Amino acid sequence: MGITFRKETFRDDFTFGNSPEHIRRFPFPFHEDSYMYAVNIEPHVVGPKGSVLKNLIDVDEHYVAEMQDRALVLTEDPLRCQSLPHMTLAGWDLLELLMEQQALGYPEHFTLTRDSDRWRWINRPLGIDDSFTFGDVSTLPYGPMEYITRQSQGDFCILDQRDGNLWMDAGMVTTQADWSLDFDIGMNFFEWHAPVPLAHEKGIFVRALKFLTNIQQGKPARRLNWTMTINPRLDTSPENYHKWGPDRTTVTPENVGDKVHLRVELQSFWRLPRSNAIVFPIRCYLIKMDELVTQPKWARRLHRVIRDLPDELANYKGLTRYRPTLVEWLSKLDDGSPTSPGFGSD
Amino acid sequence: MAAKSIISRPVYGTLSPQPGKHHLFVADAEGALAIADLAAKAQADFFGGAHIIFIPGRDGKYADALEALKPAQFYVGHSFASALPRLKQTLANAHMGLRLYLAGTEGLIGQAMQAALEAGIDHTSIQTEHRGSLARRMQCVHCKGITENVTTQPATCSHCGLLLLVRDHYSRRLAAFQGVCINAEDRSEIPPIEEVFR
Amino acid sequence: MSTGTTKLDVVVSDVVPVNELVTRFHFRRRDGQLLPTFSGGAHVVVEMRDGERTRLNPYSLMGSPLDTREYTISVRRDDAGRGGSLFMHRHVRPGMEMVVSYPVNLFSLDLRARKHLMLAGGIGITPFMAQTAQLAAEGGNFELHYTCRTASLGTYADLLRERYDRRIRLYHDDRDERIELDRLLSSQPLGTHLYVCGPSGMIGWVRDRAAALGWPTETVHFEHFAAPQPGAPFDVTLAVSGRTIRVDEQQSLLEAIEAAGVDPPYLCRGGVCGQCETNVISHDGKFIHNDHWLSEEDHRCGRKIMPCVSRFEGRSLVLER
Repeated sequence: MGITFRKETFRDDFTFGNSPEHIRRFPFPFHEDSYMYAVNIEPHVVGPKGSVLKNLIDVDEHYVAEMQDRALVLTEDPLRCQSLPHMTLAGWDLLELLMEQQALGYPEHFTLTRDSDRWRWINRPLGIDDSFTFGDVSTLPYGPMEYITRQSQGDFCILDQRDGNLWMDAGMVTTQADWSLDFDIGMNFFEWHAPVPLAHEKGIFVRALKFLTNIQQGKPARRLNWTMTINPRLDTSPENYHKWGPDRTTVTPENVGDKVHLRVELQSFWRLPRSNAIVFPIRCYLIKMDELVTQPKWARRLHRVIRDLPDELANYKGLTRYRPTLVEWLSKLDDGSPTSPGFGSD
Repeated sequence: MAAKSIISRPVYGTLSPQPGKHHLFVADAEGALAIADLAAKAQADFFGGAHIIFIPGRDGKYADALEALKPAQFYVGHSFASALPRLKQTLANAHMGLRLYLAGTEGLIGQAMQAALEAGIDHTSIQTEHRGSLARRMQCVHCKGITENVTTQPATCSHCGLLLLVRDHYSRRLAAFQGVCINAEDRSEIPPIEEVFR
Repeated sequence: MSTGTTKLDVVVSDVVPVNELVTRFHFRRRDGQLLPTFSGGAHVVVEMRDGERTRLNPYSLMGSPLDTREYTISVRRDDAGRGGSLFMHRHVRPGMEMVVSYPVNLFSLDLRARKHLMLAGGIGITPFMAQTAQLAAEGGNFELHYTCRTASLGTYADLLRERYDRRIRLYHDDRDERIELDRLLSSQPLGTHLYVCGPSGMIGWVRDRAAALGWPTETVHFEHFAAPQPGAPFDVTLAVSGRTIRVDEQQSLLEAIEAAGVDPPYLCRGGVCGQCETNVISHDGKFIHNDHWLSEEDHRCGRKIMPCVSRFEGRSLVLER
């Protein structure tokens, strides 16, 4: 059986869309009618069937299309995938983690066979069947991190833990919301988060770092982050800002439902065994307003969140230009009735 | 004095004598004054184990004052680029225990630190003090080109020509501040250009 | 349970006396599967059920991280201690079922290092066994200096010499062989990291000399094997859980809290990682601080204690647990 993978694009003609099942399973990030930063980290454990948490590494109907978009981004700009020399061991740790998790969650699509350090990996959706020696870079077409992340949805940052801090020393970053791996690689936790407004004063990063540096093997954690994007564009990098930035000026009251997308990041944090590093997968989910408002509770809640969002946050998330148009459009779907607590759609 | 702003923006301190026998100084222009201030706090025999690399700039000031400290080695360079081979060789021959002190403009500090990082010195052990011009090195996030001596906000990328917001977000690895297109959403918006980093 | 680590059901597969003080223990998974892999320098916390009493002690994993069919640890017998090592030496036999934690690494290699310089004293050799195996497998650059009291107490010295030849140097106290520390620390290339594990005195000496010779603190890594020391019994009130407990002579404060069914977080059990830091609500008496985590100020002001290794003498102690 398995998943039916969609043929769709995240650029040019933007044919991306969610099936009804994927609308229902969308990880709506607001559990109440307003939003402010919090250290909203919780254990990353398996969630309900039919949700994005059914498997700890989620593969969905957009898998093939996303991997094709990633390959295009890397062809245009290889600097989106970098690994400082000491991070190769961590790359092998990540390869093992993703192969194990994808094979475990989706055996009809992925198979991993191991005979000591001779491994065979079959990825049916992408037509891959590779045999290699675990730990020997010359037996793979790319370094281990690049090899496996070209076959896994979402971005991946590998953080070296040293001196009580975390250092972004490797990453595959093609679906990020507006930060540059090439610029930030080598920075520590506080440095790469420096541009985020308000959060530093609240001591959020100090607490988050303490938690993350104490994550142990076998006990991953997770949190949600969100922003908005015009058109279902995955590659909203600063490198290409001058190409996608103008999209923000194209929002009109007529096209909000089709162009404006909620973009949610499911972030998780895993301790890697051989390198003692932390891997930080950032799994990106997109949904257009027309699809989102088929769930009435989400429509009302999103209206209230965006309407009341502090200006610094709205600016930082890039919403300023089209926010009034969006709020106006959503207001027509908000009759003021109460919304139930929690993320679910009712 | 460099202004404090966001956390990735480097914070410079004040040079102070570190324990150990071998000390390497790299400075430009007014950075020499920081070395002189350190000398006032140091032990008598401190400079017997010191190597000073100094780039005075056009007016050549301060070189004599540094030579008078009687360091074990003293070199005056015409530019950082021309001093770089000597710096790299010194670092290649050095042992653990060498302490590094950088003083002067941000551009000098950043580039000297790059050479040190490549040689295996951890940035947290390097002493830095900012003196003199606030002009910045800037990397254009779009074309990756570096523009030297940026003094305005916004500034034009000297490689691709885009008009860039000169952010305070700084990369140690690149020794440069990040420049992001300031009018990407609407190219007709041209904000006024002001001299702010002098 | 402790927040943070999962448990592994294991069986003792071998017990090997190495010399008059040190015995080696091998563990395999009860379900026959491979054990979780780990990074060199990691330890596991071993649960020892001794009748009514449960002790938890951390031991460094000695084996190569590339072979996880079993975990091996070495335990040095401490006759004056709390009884954990004595329990291991006297009561643990092949076939016995035990529980260990997942590996935790608080003494990891800095993989950026161009060279790893390792100084081991006595039983402090154990984490380096795993680290050298890991580095050797990928052609890493390391040098190990190992001091021991006598040749017979040089646990694994022969094995190390056979494996690593000139990359290991041995020093025997009874032959007056000493590490020429200043010379060693003055001749290393830039990018070398220094690792030391052994008695507290040795660690203090190495850290002081390294600092005086200009080594940045980020390049000096150390691990104490501080076991909780026994001491006079004392009573403690746990304000949050509403219990009053007695800490026995041979029991650490943390173990007594756990025996009462309260589960503070922990990772190292040796007073260095900070996880079990506990607030003192009130006290009437004297603290015996044995940890390396709290500042001197914290030790003086008496508002915090590390229950894994520290104790108390006096009329009353109330903790926020």
